[in-house]
Amino acid sequence: MKENLPLHAKETLIVYKRVKNPDFKPDIDSYIAAGGYETLKKAMKAGDPAALCSEVEKAGIKGRGGAGFPAGMKWKFLDRKSGKPIYFVVNADESEPGTHKDRWVIYYDPHQLIEGIVLCSYATQAKQAFIFIRGEFIHGAQILEKAIEEARAKNLVGDNILGSGFSLEIVVHRGAGAYVCGEETGLLEALEGKRGQPRIKPPYFPAVLGLYNCPTVVNNVETVCQCLNAVEMGGEKYASIGVKSDAGTRIMNVSGLVAKPGIFEIASGSVTVGELLNDMCGGPLPGRKFKAIIPGGSSMKPLRFDEKYKIKDADGNDREVYLEDVPLDAASLMACGSSIGTGGMIVFDDSVEMIQALANLNAFYKHESCGQCTPCREGSIWMARISKRICDGNGAEEDLDTLKDVADNICGRTICAHGEGEAWPVQGGIAKFRDEYAESIRRRNKGEPSPFTGYPLI
Amino acid sequence: MNNNIGSESANCEALAAATGLKPETLAKADKIVAKYPQKRSATLPLLHIAQEELGYVTDAAMKWIAAKLEIEPINVYEVVTFYPMFRLNPIGKRHVKVCRTLSCALRGSYKTMEALEAEFGCKRGETSADGNVTLEFVECLACCGTGPVVQVDHLLYEKVTPESVPALAEKIRASLTDPGYGKKVPTFGDRTEWLG
Repeated sequence: MKENLPLHAKETLIVYKRVKNPDFKPDIDSYIAAGGYETLKKAMKAGDPAALCSEVEKAGIKGRGGAGFPAGMKWKFLDRKSGKPIYFVVNADESEPGTHKDRWVIYYDPHQLIEGIVLCSYATQAKQAFIFIRGEFIHGAQILEKAIEEARAKNLVGDNILGSGFSLEIVVHRGAGAYVCGEETGLLEALEGKRGQPRIKPPYFPAVLGLYNCPTVVNNVETVCQCLNAVEMGGEKYASIGVKSDAGTRIMNVSGLVAKPGIFEIASGSVTVGELLNDMCGGPLPGRKFKAIIPGGSSMKPLRFDEKYKIKDADGNDREVYLEDVPLDAASLMACGSSIGTGGMIVFDDSVEMIQALANLNAFYKHESCGQCTPCREGSIWMARISKRICDGNGAEEDLDTLKDVADNICGRTICAHGEGEAWPVQGGIAKFRDEYAESIRRRNKGEPSPFTGYPLI
Repeated sequence: MNNNIGSESANCEALAAATGLKPETLAKADKIVAKYPQKRSATLPLLHIAQEELGYVTDAAMKWIAAKLEIEPINVYEVVTFYPMFRLNPIGKRHVKVCRTLSCALRGSYKTMEALEAEFGCKRGETSADGNVTLEFVECLACCGTGPVVQVDHLLYEKVTPESVPALAEKIRASLTDPGYGKKVPTFGDRTEWLG
């Protein structure tokens, strides 16, 4: 067993089937022995890129980078009339706090990603591919470069791949620690050698004006792997996995205050929040009780365990359930008022003082704002200062209204979604924990002892 | 401004020599630039190789990169100041980065940082008096399930609690006299080679 990747009977392993296999070696021979590159060979032999696009569309894969945009649709938007070359870019920035799923694909099964890239580039008829990998994955970048060279030696990357007439170079491009480069247009700026400041849409939709102002696809690592697997099993069969509105598997990557944080690949909707945290992740730490989660990366709104949420069951009927009984799929979490995002779930138990958690995230978004848009740049600083001041025992009663007012005035007023990303934790936090925040202000101002036993978060 | 192409390439060579980078690093730079459809795209990778060898991004390195990529030095400087991983000043021999973001903080990364500060006798953001270690709080390192995580140069250490800090500190000190440190090319699959 790989220490951090335990298996569980409720899992449906597709992207992680080799990642979780303790005996699997990440070199190309092991990958080929496990049936790797067969999908690509078949696709090249068939010689019909459009058919591959239609399989991916039929599969109904929602993007796995956080925003959940349908992958097939993204490919369809490519401007093919301009005559400009098409670029295929993989987002391996994995920068959303709480997200740690792509890392293990890169480290343990790099050829799945390489095969996926060649297949997706062939399907979209891309001229060149880039993997934008976060700067901190120093060995991850080396592993990918080595994997590319292994694939090149077998004519699976490079000129005239498998005699198909299709050629593709894959360049591994390391970022340098900026969260905002996980935003697709910020990523493209970084790939062009510039400050990673996101571009305004319109006109800069990557599918039309992307890398070097050419039509470009930007897909997350997991999305690329899901596309490969969808083509392998056929779009319709893939679409039959999980719930209808959210086809395929979800890689739930859990962190925070739970007995055994881990990564579990499940058919969407097949496991509830309670099953994930209690059965798969071993429940709360000894003597603790679950309090809340952020379901899909730090930008998403928190959800409380002691509240009921209105969701729809498979037949479309309304159902009111506690958080524990909410199934893990995109529609259910959206119905709760949050989002499944990247599947990066952060867990809080009753030892956590939520204002500190908010101050921690505010500090993150302040550090990462690129500074282009005034509401985001100034707003993130204000919110971080206010929440820190509260934690320092200098909060004022009206601070919570001010926090909410600042957050409300960021959303929809910025070039990229970093604005929403920094505002949602504040809006969601105040909606769910206003009373606790107010009590923290009162108690901290008086210097009374804290009932919370958790680690300091700010 | 001299528009003669011949003297511009001579100028680039002079700027390359002024960086003090090894000939093999300069040769690697040529290979990197050739991979991109547009030269300017090589800004980040060239900054990485310069910083890895020189310890920080020097003025000479920025001037060389600008000449090599046919852009202005300000275009390189503005990139250096945007990305947290690039630095304009030298640091200690070992760069110890502790993840500060929520998942690691929930698992005690602020306490881990305090223990490291006590161990090396310097505060976060500072370099120890002996010049060996620079301590830094950084944002999410994408290894949230095994927090608190600490990245020391190229190596990632997981579940670093205050109790395990002395053992980590010992490893860091031992690495200072290890001639093979940082030179090992990791092979596939073996976790211990790229995790500390």
